[in-house]
Amino acid sequence: METATELAVVKQRRLDTIAAEPFVDVSKSQGFFRDTVNSVRDLVAHRELLGRLVRREIKARYKDSKLGIVWSLFRPLISLLIYYFAIGKVMGAARSVPDFAIFVFVGLTIWLLYSEILSGAVRSIVENSGLVKKVYLPREIFPLSAIGSALVNFGIQVVVLLIGIAVLSTYRWSPELLLAPLAVVVLLVFATAVALIISAWNVYLRDIQHFVEIYLLIFFWVSPIVYPFTYVHRVLQGNWLEQIYLANPVSLAIIATQKALWSAGTTSSGSLMQVWPPDLELRLVIALGASVVLLFVAQRVFARLQGNFAQEL
Amino acid sequence: MPITNIVEVSGVSKRFTVNRHKSIKERLVNSASERLHREDFWALRDINLNIAAGSTVGLVGHNGSGKSTLLKAIGGIIEPSEGSVRRRGRMAALLELGAGFHPDLTGRENVYLNAAILGLTQKEIDRYFDAIVDFSGIEAFIDTQVKFYSSGMYVRLAFAVAVHVDPDLLLVDEVLAVGDRPFQDKCMAKIAEFQEEGRTIVVVSHSAGQIEALCHRVVVLNHGEMKFDGGVGEGLRVLQELYDDEGRLAALAAGVAPPRAKVTAVIVDNGTERSTGDLKSGEPFSIDFEYAIDRPGDAMIAALSVESLEGTQVYGLTTKMMGETIPVDPGHHALQFAFPAADLGAGHYVARGSLHELDGTLVHGRYPVTDFRVISALPGNGYVRLEPSVKFDSRRRA
Repeated sequence: METATELAVVKQRRLDTIAAEPFVDVSKSQGFFRDTVNSVRDLVAHRELLGRLVRREIKARYKDSKLGIVWSLFRPLISLLIYYFAIGKVMGAARSVPDFAIFVFVGLTIWLLYSEILSGAVRSIVENSGLVKKVYLPREIFPLSAIGSALVNFGIQVVVLLIGIAVLSTYRWSPELLLAPLAVVVLLVFATAVALIISAWNVYLRDIQHFVEIYLLIFFWVSPIVYPFTYVHRVLQGNWLEQIYLANPVSLAIIATQKALWSAGTTSSGSLMQVWPPDLELRLVIALGASVVLLFVAQRVFARLQGNFAQEL
Repeated sequence: MPITNIVEVSGVSKRFTVNRHKSIKERLVNSASERLHREDFWALRDINLNIAAGSTVGLVGHNGSGKSTLLKAIGGIIEPSEGSVRRRGRMAALLELGAGFHPDLTGRENVYLNAAILGLTQKEIDRYFDAIVDFSGIEAFIDTQVKFYSSGMYVRLAFAVAVHVDPDLLLVDEVLAVGDRPFQDKCMAKIAEFQEEGRTIVVVSHSAGQIEALCHRVVVLNHGEMKFDGGVGEGLRVLQELYDDEGRLAALAAGVAPPRAKVTAVIVDNGTERSTGDLKSGEPFSIDFEYAIDRPGDAMIAALSVESLEGTQVYGLTTKMMGETIPVDPGHHALQFAFPAADLGAGHYVARGSLHELDGTLVHGRYPVTDFRVISALPGNGYVRLEPSVKFDSRRRA
């Protein structure tokens, strides 16, 4: 038990510490760049919590199920089988696409990361309204934790993919392998930017979450996942429409990963020969730059909108 | 010593826009009438408030007066429309217990998660973990999923986490009245410890008793405006007047007549200083009962009740029991209940005065109640005064 004098010392020390601390204005933004720096600093301070929220999400999802996280593998594997048989064998795409299973799995892995980030993030703030209304936290943490849990699933799928390639196909040991991590980075930066914006908008307009579902459905077929880019090129012949097609960072990331990991796509010749977009590396770097700018803007939009979250929820 | 402020609220206003249309369709279809349907509502208007470090401030007001909004603005949870809130030191907001609890996770996992939400690091949680579980008193269930907890266990665990966060500034919204009696005592003791350690507490409460017991200063809000800022007794009186006004207005609007009589004062008198002095156990005292009659009517009964702070009645007396009738002609009247000896045990009591119809229907009860202390030189505790002695007889055991 502390004695009265010790308590008085504790009290005085606390008061002195507070007197020495500068005031922080918690009521409004303080200018463009300083604000971003503050937001990032705030997030870094809460990184442990971010980890805990991700773990909570995953633990809660597979709580009380016997197979647990193994379930997260079934969905992609089943879709892989469906696309392999329906599109590859029945519709005959496998005849002009070498190693069709590997091809689809590469594209699918990247796409599932993107779609899981978006569909998880769009509801993240609304679903955590209890916390948003009652506790002060940097609100970016909620879409970010959705990204975190999507990344965990992605990690598991990547392991399966890499093993699958080693067993069923081969790795081409060339610098092009580096395209894969670069593509994932581009995708992550772009998806984070989109996630921030849609999660904030969804608070004000719940239609966004339904819109995102439709968007993901359409863009799954727009992206070269179950058909190769070669098909697109054959139809568009490099015209301006193809340039627009390649301006989509998600498609670009998928194509780049395929080029890195789907070795049959590069080594095949004759009727199986594949076409790759010119200057893929340069396009990827430009997409990265654009995504970084977009992320910055998205964070500003998010910061502007988050002031009224507590009352809108 | 100069006063160090921990929170400075200046010119804060908060406007809520009540917007009826939420989806795109509704907004498009009704875009023309959108402006018409918009309603502005001021939850706070031009609030200026400095809070000194180490003080305990109570925010009171009726429902919808803006006190919770002010608390959230101080906490940075909502952004004011105008004005600024400046703050320093580490803050913990207890606006809802267990806000971050996930029903599917175990108590242990939720302790870690909730403590992280309130701003503790991994190392700090590891250090406090045993203390938290110990305080909550639910060691046996700590590895059970919280969805199987009773509501009492749930709030106990949540409160235990909250009080082990080491804040300089603690914001509390109506969450102190949790758990059973012993747990509530534990919570109040913890809050008192916080105060002694120089932490600042801002508390929103509807319980006048809690405000009286905890706060140094009271801020009364009414429809978003600050009505009063100052001492606790005076603040609670202002609040009571506001309640009375509201009641009278509501009564007028509903066509119900205000009570025809009112208890205006209940004063405990120890013979030397009125209302301020403590009673000495065993000494004579009296209770002055003042009331005002508005309109003539049937005879009434004056009732007096002495209660413990927990609300247990220790003593009750009415003029009917004594076979007396009290004057009921319009005007001010005073009664004095005199007692030759205060045979009460040492402690803190409240005296409550009320007027009743002959059939027992309440006409008016005095609020706030009057509190007084009884001091006693005798050993022993409880509500009654007994004079104990003890005798030893060692032979009997042999």
